[in-house]
Amino acid sequence: MDFAVIQEYMPLYIEAFILTVKIGWIGIALSLVIGVAAAFVMHFKVPVLSRIAKIYVELFRNTPLLVQLFFIYFALPKIGIQMSAETCGALGLGLLGGSYMAEGFRSGMEAIPASQSESALALGMVKRQMFTSVIFPEALSLSVPAIVANVIFLLKETSVFSAISLMDLMFTAKDLIGLYYNTTEALFMLVMFYIVMLLPVSLIGSYLEKKARLATFGE
Amino acid sequence: MGFDVLLKGNNMMRLLEGVGVALKISLISVVISIVLGVVIGVLLALKRPVITAVFRAYLEIVRIMPQMVLLFIVYFGTTKALGLNLSAEAASIIVFSFWGTAEMADLVRGALAGIPVIQYEGSVSLGMNTFQTYRYVIVPQIIRRMIPLSINLITRMIKTTSLVMMIGIVEVLKVGQQIIEANRKSSPDAAFGVFATVFLLYFLACWPISMLSKYLEKKWEN
Repeated sequence: MDFAVIQEYMPLYIEAFILTVKIGWIGIALSLVIGVAAAFVMHFKVPVLSRIAKIYVELFRNTPLLVQLFFIYFALPKIGIQMSAETCGALGLGLLGGSYMAEGFRSGMEAIPASQSESALALGMVKRQMFTSVIFPEALSLSVPAIVANVIFLLKETSVFSAISLMDLMFTAKDLIGLYYNTTEALFMLVMFYIVMLLPVSLIGSYLEKKARLATFGE
Repeated sequence: MGFDVLLKGNNMMRLLEGVGVALKISLISVVISIVLGVVIGVLLALKRPVITAVFRAYLEIVRIMPQMVLLFIVYFGTTKALGLNLSAEAASIIVFSFWGTAEMADLVRGALAGIPVIQYEGSVSLGMNTFQTYRYVIVPQIIRRMIPLSINLITRMIKTTSLVMMIGIVEVLKVGQQIIEANRKSSPDAAFGVFATVFLLYFLACWPISMLSKYLEKKWEN
């Protein structure tokens, strides 16, 4: 291990790290929005939309991100939809994650006993209040373990961005190995940066899982 | 739209062969993962502190390291560090088994821990010996919990094999790229048809397996 090499590579890796984290979290935010919307539509069986949501969830849960990215980045331009690599990365991650989040939220909502919504109605809440102040918070707290697992999964999936030539951590490592053959240093830094990116999320996640057991209070 | 490219020559056949390569790697890895995972899972159920601590560390590595990174380490790293010249296929099978074994062992551990003590006590009070307790009471319950989850692991394994093109294995995505390159002049829109087909092929490989897993999970719920 040559520390001079590590020092030299550091700025490149930091730049790649920032890009990876940025696109990763934009994608995750997007996946939460898509996931909640799809779960809502499927849970309340909104006509037409719930069918579309179901097809979307099955389609994206059963295909790898790499294939989805290739489709978005290389195939869509042929029918006139062109996006930058960064947009494609965030969108692909958001669509993949959305399908996983939707399943998580939906099973959270299904786990809430009917007595909760009935009580809410009996207390005089309208449907919207029932959803925003009873069902959604409870479903959210029940889905925390699934959300945490999905966030970690999605951050790991960012490693395939290099395939659509985004200059992420993988791309930088592969580039440096190819150019200077300092394989050990390049791989070591790759691992370190992924640890920096994921270990805090993993630890905070397990803490949140313990904290968020509000819906099961009293059991 | 570029679908016509697939009908030229043996392009479709080559694409399917690419799927075959991906399926082969994932099936070998799944078999290794299940065997090793069950062994480690049973060892974990013994609750020896050292075994548990080592496994925790192993599981945490697998949990936070992307499979891509592991592939790079095994494929590029071992060549440099150990002087080994692994083939790309061997490297990917090692990585996927390393990952799958951890997942599988954790599932087995969870399933074993999830069997209430009353099941063991009940069997003993019915006059069963240890072998009979496991043979007729514990193992059948565990198998019912494990099968849907292991089937799920297969689909995840198939999806993850798409990564192997990044270390130079010619599987379905790579074949797709080659077809697009070769027909750049004659059908410039080939990318759409080819990648849409690859998307569909992956879906067709994974969807029935996911459905089966969901069905079994519902059927064996209690």
